Formats: sequence, C-alpha cells, structure tokens
Amino acid sequence: MAITVQIPTALRRHTAGVGSIACAATNLGELFSVLDEKFPELKPHLRDEAGQVRRFLNIYVNEEDIRFLGGPGYIFSDGDEVLLVPSIAGGAR
Amino acid sequence: MAQYELRCRECGRSWGNQPRSVCDECFSPLEITYDYDAIRGSIAQGTFTPEGIAQRPPNMWRYAELLPLPAGFEPRLPVGFTPFFKAPRLAARLAGTNDAKTAAKNLFLKNDAVCLPTLSFKDRVVAVALANAQAFGFDTVACSSTGNLANAVAAHAARLGLKAWIFIPPDLEPAKILGTQVFGANVVRIAGNYDQVNRLCSQIAEERRWGFVNVNLRPYYAEGSKTVGFEIAEQLGWRLPDNVVVPMAGGSLITKIKKAFDELIKLGLVEEKPVKFFGAQATGCSPISTAVKTGSAEIDPQKPATIARSLAIGNPADGHYAIKTIKQSGGWSEDVSDPEVIDSIRLLAETEGIFTETAGGVTVGTAGKLYRQDRILPEETTVLCITGNGLKTTDVLAGVYEIERPIAPKLAEFEKYLHETLDTVEIAKEAAASVGA
Repeated sequence: MAITVQIPTALRRHTAGVGSIACAATNLGELFSVLDEKFPELKPHLRDEAGQVRRFLNIYVNEEDIRFLGGPGYIFSDGDEVLLVPSIAGGAR
Repeated sequence: MAQYELRCRECGRSWGNQPRSVCDECFSPLEITYDYDAIRGSIAQGTFTPEGIAQRPPNMWRYAELLPLPAGFEPRLPVGFTPFFKAPRLAARLAGTNDAKTAAKNLFLKNDAVCLPTLSFKDRVVAVALANAQAFGFDTVACSSTGNLANAVAAHAARLGLKAWIFIPPDLEPAKILGTQVFGANVVRIAGNYDQVNRLCSQIAEERRWGFVNVNLRPYYAEGSKTVGFEIAEQLGWRLPDNVVVPMAGGSLITKIKKAFDELIKLGLVEEKPVKFFGAQATGCSPISTAVKTGSAEIDPQKPATIARSLAIGNPADGHYAIKTIKQSGGWSEDVSDPEVIDSIRLLAETEGIFTETAGGVTVGTAGKLYRQDRILPEETTVLCITGNGLKTTDVLAGVYEIERPIAPKLAEFEKYLHETLDTVEIAKEAAASVGA
C-alpha cells in the first residue's frame, strides 16, 4: 500500500526542496513518524512542544479535511493523497 | 503614513512587509503591528486627534495612521464612513414591551449595507489589500469568496486596472455572481463548499504570483476591518459602546473591531471601558457559536447548510481568535435558524427601513436572542453591525411575498380591491382617516 504526501512550499526548505513523498503509513501517527525520520527539521513545524498537530496546520485526504474522516483515527487507503495546508488566519490578538 | 510590519502572532518573529500570511517557523498567522510611538507623535502634533480627524474626508482613509498603507498611497475610492444611527423601533421589538423605551435610546446600527462601492463591509478590507497588492507589484489579484468579497475585489480591481480572478462555491446567490462578472473579473466556480475553495486558493497562491487578498495579502486585508471599529467609536462621540453584535464567517471582523477599540484606548483617543463582543452565526453553519456555547477553545469544523451563504464557512480561519475575543470580553455567541434569518431581515426592513442580506438577518435575530437571554440589557449601549445589502440576496425572499394581480386604472376598481384586501377593522380605520383628512 502507498499514499502520497504533498509538502507545502512554505515548508520545503526543511525538506531540501522535496515537495512530495510516497510512503506506506496507515494512519496520521505513522505518517508523522515517516516525516520525522526523513525530514527531522520538519518536525517542530508540524507539531508543538506537546506533540500536538499545530493549530494552524490543516490536513486533507483526497481534498477532504481529515477531521471529517475521523481525524487521527482515519485509516489510509491505497492511493490516498494527503495535503498539508496552512490555515490562513489573520485576525487580532 | 503608518510605520508597520508583519509579526507572527504566536512566536513573535518579525517578517517585515511582504505578501505572506504564515510564519515559516511555527505555521501561525502573521499580523500587522504598528509603531505606536510614531502615531503618538501625530497625536501630539494635533493631526491624528478627534478634532484633526473631523477635518478629514468622510471615508475610512481618515484613520490612515492605523492602517498598513504603503508610502505614497493615494486613495482612489472613498470607501467606508457608513451611516450610524439609533434604531428605536427595532429596539422596541427586540427588547420586549417592558424595556422598549430604554432599549430605544441605546440600540445603534452600523450600516455597511451601503458601504461603497459594492454595498458590503468587504470594500474596507479589499481597499487596504489592493493598496498593498499594487505596492508589492502584483498585476493580478484574486480571492476565494462567499460573494461579497468577490464583488469587492472585482470592483476595486477594475478601478485600479488590475486583473482579477475570483473563486467561488457553485451555489452563490445569482446577484453576487453577476455583481462580480460585471466588473470584467474572471469568475471560477468550484464544485465544493467555501472551505474547499479556500484550500484550493492556498494551493494556487503557492504556484502563481497573484495577490490573493485573503491568502498571501490576508494580514493587510484584515486590517481594513478595523475601520468599522474606528467609525463606531467616532460616531458615538469618541467613546466605546457596552456591546457589539457582529456576524461571523471566518471570524476575523469581530477580532478586528476589538483590535480597533484596543488601539484607540492605547492611544488615548477613547476612554478605556469594558466592551462585550457578541458573535452571530446561522445555526446551519455555527462552528464558532457552538464552540462558545460548549466552552471549547477550538473549532470543530462543520459542513455548512444555511441560506446565509455569506457566513457559510465551516472551518473558520480566525475561529480560534474569535472564540478568545468573545470569551475574554465576557460576551457570548448565538445562532439562528434560516426561518429566523428571514423573519429578522423583514423585521429590520419594517422597523428601520434597512434592507440587509442574510448575514444582517443573522445579526438581528441573534441580537433578539441575546436581549431575551438578558445577556444584553436595554440600558446598555449596543451596536449591531449590518455588513451587507439585501438586494444581493433577494432569492431567499422568493415566495414570501405574493405577486399582486394588476387592477384596472379606475377609482372604483381600487375601492373594490381595498375591500377585497383589507379586513373589516382596517376598512373602518381607513374610512375614519379619510373623513378626518
């Protein structure tokens, strides 16, 4: 089984310019482990000090927000395309 | 002109001025911060004081010191400074008969249904975003939109000679689509909801050198919303209200009105006082009000299902900050059903002569709930933000009013028509009034 992960431009300086990788992760936790191993510099940008996914990082699977699919419990299917997209906020403190 | 720069709201890193909305370090949003000491200098010189501002043209550019405007910027459109007035007849209906007289003295409307040039508060944010788009050298501007922003970007781009690409969900009101196309903008309908359109725009913004007003220009764009707050304070006689009721889609406006009030306090232009912020949503798309009511600090995204399409954002980018603004102020958030939205549009029109769009119906309906819950008291100065125009969403009123059969142009026909139309009590009153006259 293989899924594809798209890395946003803003984070590619931590992946030596790599914009997309294929891997065999079956859920979000495994996917982060793969990314941690391949791109150690990326880790603090995706998760906070407590290990939680950063508030302003949205994760989509095949164009659907992963939170509508069961969140971290979602089991990837072969061919899934995962997008990491920053949430664009801009209000005030 | 203001001295300002981008700064990360979470880690504090400075990013200068550039088309960017996300901090590369922690992925958090960027926000404009100002050199408030420089602004205090303008106040000391008497240029940025209530008296000095009063001498300026009646539009949002009178607050230029507190906006991110590039050096040499010359406004091309007189945006903002919309009407602000008491709403006694609406107040009487919202507050109930016992409190009608008191509420009538204290309820105000901020009417951006007549904001120029495209009849919504989005003209304010677009005016600031495009000032910066030009300074950054973009010849093409773009946005994802639930309608009002589409109209504003298209119109302002036409005025400035910029190309515009507008991305919308497929089910927008016909008037909002036409009101974008007419300005010569490229309109792309995306088969998905707003949140999907918005996500796509984030991806397109990475690929093309376009100024997306609500993506890479968002920190500049969002500052334009502050002018609603500046105007409320000035139009109240340089004082702050007790309560503000604000419609919420992405959740930015409510946080920016708060920022505006905070800046005026910081600069000594108004006296410090607590202001409660109340957020209004449609029940069919209520991720922010649901979070407030359940005590959550985070947004649980929703799939929108409401006629209030301009507020149909299920994953609001500023939701987290909107929740914080509401909770810290001691305010609250409520939501109203689609039938309540329609009733509230009609109530505002029938009591105050203002025809607002669905978002305005959401705000008025929510305000009614807040009065009934005693969260807003009749003796408190309360401002309702009406942000859009009813002529853009007439489709939601289809079927509410009958189309009358035409009658012959004869007096006898009219008398007959009156008898058929009015009930007997009304006919008696009509007759008395006619005799009296």
